[in-house]
Amino acid sequence: MLTLESVGYRYAGALQPSLHDVSLELRDGEVVGLVGASEAGKTTLCLVASGLAPRTVGGRLYGRVLLDGVDVEPMGMDQLAARVGIAFANPATQLSGVAGTVYEEVAFGPMNLGLSLPEVVERTAAALASLRIEALADRDPARLSGGQQQLVAIAGLLALRPSHLVLDEPTAQLDPAGTAMVADALAGLAGDGASILVAEHKTDLLARICARVVALDAGRVVLDGPAREVLADARLPELGVAPPSPVRLERVAAGARLPAAALARLREALPR
Amino acid sequence: MTDLVLEQVSYRYAAGGTLALDRVELRVAAGERLALIGQNGSGKTTLVRHLNGLLRPSSGRVLHDGEDVARSSVAHLARSVGLVFQDPDRQIFAGSVRAEVEFGPRNLGMRGAELAAAVDEALAAVGLEAEARTNPYDLGTSRRKLLALVSVQAMRTPVLVLDEPTTGQDLRGVAIVRRAVDEANAAGRTVIAISHDMGFVADAFERVVVMRDGGVVLDGTPASVFGEPSWEALRSTYLEPPLPARVGARLGLGATPTDAALLAALLAAGDAGS
Repeated sequence: MLTLESVGYRYAGALQPSLHDVSLELRDGEVVGLVGASEAGKTTLCLVASGLAPRTVGGRLYGRVLLDGVDVEPMGMDQLAARVGIAFANPATQLSGVAGTVYEEVAFGPMNLGLSLPEVVERTAAALASLRIEALADRDPARLSGGQQQLVAIAGLLALRPSHLVLDEPTAQLDPAGTAMVADALAGLAGDGASILVAEHKTDLLARICARVVALDAGRVVLDGPAREVLADARLPELGVAPPSPVRLERVAAGARLPAAALARLREALPR
Repeated sequence: MTDLVLEQVSYRYAAGGTLALDRVELRVAAGERLALIGQNGSGKTTLVRHLNGLLRPSSGRVLHDGEDVARSSVAHLARSVGLVFQDPDRQIFAGSVRAEVEFGPRNLGMRGAELAAAVDEALAAVGLEAEARTNPYDLGTSRRKLLALVSVQAMRTPVLVLDEPTTGQDLRGVAIVRRAVDEANAAGRTVIAISHDMGFVADAFERVVVMRDGGVVLDGTPASVFGEPSWEALRSTYLEPPLPARVGARLGLGATPTDAALLAALLAAGDAGS
């Protein structure tokens, strides 16, 4: 379980806080989507929820962040890393830069957790397989395309098998197939009991994997509820969030004053 | 005006390595708006980097207006082809937003009032007027991306190439990118964009080129590339047509790659039925 208790956060040197009074509870096995306009506070919330802010970026935290009921603030970096994983939107930030091959890159995390060699090998193989990038195992991470690098970064995270996972636009550079594989992998981790927070602009993806969605506006939670309701909320466009394709299409059709029969025909054909 | 031609272009990043491009044939006429789609690692970015000489073919030729550009410098080609990187941080270097936008047009010889006007216009187009003196790295990633876009756009090159322009953009950011594509194209410039956003591709482009394993597998209008007869080829590259195309096919309405096309087809079918 990942808990935020009335969390506020101000970056060092900033005049205004970037987050105000955010309270969230992610239960074990729950995938929660995070949406909002650019600069609404999604990345900041990811940094705070994963314990990286203020720890590594400075600034001031108000309220508390708890992992399974334990405050993250006094935790050592090693304890923190063993409990929570974070993925950034830009894989270049994520990759270790020290591994010469994709295999070593993915094995890097489990090695650092001090796991036995057979366990490291098993986890690395499973992570590569879950994103279908076994064929990249011997390639140099620096020489992959942006999307391939993003898959490698996420595989590295999956290999850690964290009980809490925070992902900031994990599929930003991925093609639709890669996006679907990441979705399946996250659903699989949640099935094993992980609590997962995922910030995304791709609401089609969130509709598929999230039971619950939270919307941020100017650093505050403005919507929080079942994914189906939040993603169909009429306020989403004002919040800078594109609704999922079926919601958008239905709304466009309703606005176009389509005859009732044609509208019914369309609704019938839309995916549920 | 610049016509671009790739003739049997192949490219390897390292000797003995994988072929990132495999005998690509592509002609892009001046003023076209073309989207390049395909799986991660299919060669899209490698291809566009050949257009301005950042990469040189291992074999084959790149022609601008019929002339082989093998001997032209990147600096020279940059006057014809402006390329906006996927990752803005590989591009941004100046200490202020204004200086970043000024750099390109200044290099092309623009000065004084003309330069100031071009920069003001560019900043207004992406809503960064108030940030002219801000350090680019104090902007969030999505606004840095818009800055990178507009810095290249301000050079008014005959060809504008955008690598994943809508990635990380919210609804408003996508609308800004869309407007930038429309404006550049309305001014007669060629726009080539790499994208994984099939809705954006179908809406904003008149030609779609699909790549797989370093080659071109489909090339046509959004209606033909996202139409049912192309689905098998699309699936071989793990791509899925946008929702209106799938719904149109399910309803037997033919090729309806966009919301507008689907609604029009629904209306026409309704009229025909009544």
